[in-house]
Amino acid sequence: MINLLLMFWEFFKTGLFAIGGGLATLPFLYNMADNYSWFTRSDLADMIAVSESTPGPIGINMATYAGFLNGGVIGGVLATVALVTPSIIVIIIVASFLQKFKDSFYVKSGFYGLHPAVAGLIAAAALEIFKVSLLNFDAFLTSHNPLDLFRWINVILFIALFVVEKKVKWHPAFIILIAAVIGIVLKL
Amino acid sequence: MKELADLFFTFCRIGGLTFGGGYAMLPMIQQEVVEKRKWATNEEVMDYYAVGQCTPGIIAVNTATFIGYKRRGIIGGIVATAGVVFPSLVIISIIAAFLQNFADLAIVQHAFAGIRVAVAVLVTSAIIKLWKSGVKDHIGVVICIATFLIQALTGISPVYIVVVAIVLGISIKKFGGKKK
Repeated sequence: MINLLLMFWEFFKTGLFAIGGGLATLPFLYNMADNYSWFTRSDLADMIAVSESTPGPIGINMATYAGFLNGGVIGGVLATVALVTPSIIVIIIVASFLQKFKDSFYVKSGFYGLHPAVAGLIAAAALEIFKVSLLNFDAFLTSHNPLDLFRWINVILFIALFVVEKKVKWHPAFIILIAAVIGIVLKL
Repeated sequence: MKELADLFFTFCRIGGLTFGGGYAMLPMIQQEVVEKRKWATNEEVMDYYAVGQCTPGIIAVNTATFIGYKRRGIIGGIVATAGVVFPSLVIISIIAAFLQNFADLAIVQHAFAGIRVAVAVLVTSAIIKLWKSGVKDHIGVVICIATFLIQALTGISPVYIVVVAIVLGISIKKFGGKKK
């Protein structure tokens, strides 16, 4: 019981201080692995792999996994609730503030500068996913052949899916499903 | 009550269909929240992402709380967040209990190589939509490209970029006198 309370507190702190998305929780998790016997650093490596290859936000997956290792299903739920509680409180305060002042000059013109910046920020974050899905640095570094830099099948698949996505208004989930099947069939 | 259930199940779908970080959630949010339910506009989703970048916590959760709060107040925020984390709780518990080597399975790795390409496609078209709704003039183009380059090349915390962009927006509107 004390153990679970302590874990709740640690994940609450993580949710309060990890700014900028799921992977920002990693340093906190390493810290927990060093200070408590809930999971080890090598458990964490597995947890990252699983979190990245299952649906759901990575930070939530990590918290559920870490909590589960320490306290089963209850532990997983507790760690996740602890992680999201600070967000809920902070966001509700910010949201109520914005709702009250949404017509003020400062909020309006602040967002005028912010919108294009967010598009740029998300585009920069997306670079990472382009790198892992379309490029192959290892092959390029061993052969020094620029043609080896691209995973050509993936590039073709990217273009094909992009055209399909533009022409047909399919649900994004359907595009993901098709790509998963193609990945399995072609052994990407 | 019905709208609360709608919030829960919509965000449940979004959580269950998000592969990767918070930005990979964007295409699902645009599809489910902006286009299908019309709970928020593309501009509002950008506001939430911006705020989510510089407040503590997971961006996916922050965005869910924002939209839930906007629809149904505090309860709405909590219900939407519960929805977005629910699939993770179920899936990860099952994997942690039964499938220790899940991520090493060949079929999982092949499927995910394909899924990553799909996510790249979806995120690309999500960014095109954001560009269309958020970048309205020359100043916007400059801010967007500058942000992209700074973030891609230096990797400094987005918090600083967000603060500078807000200050820029206010100063341009206040002193520039430029049309919208």
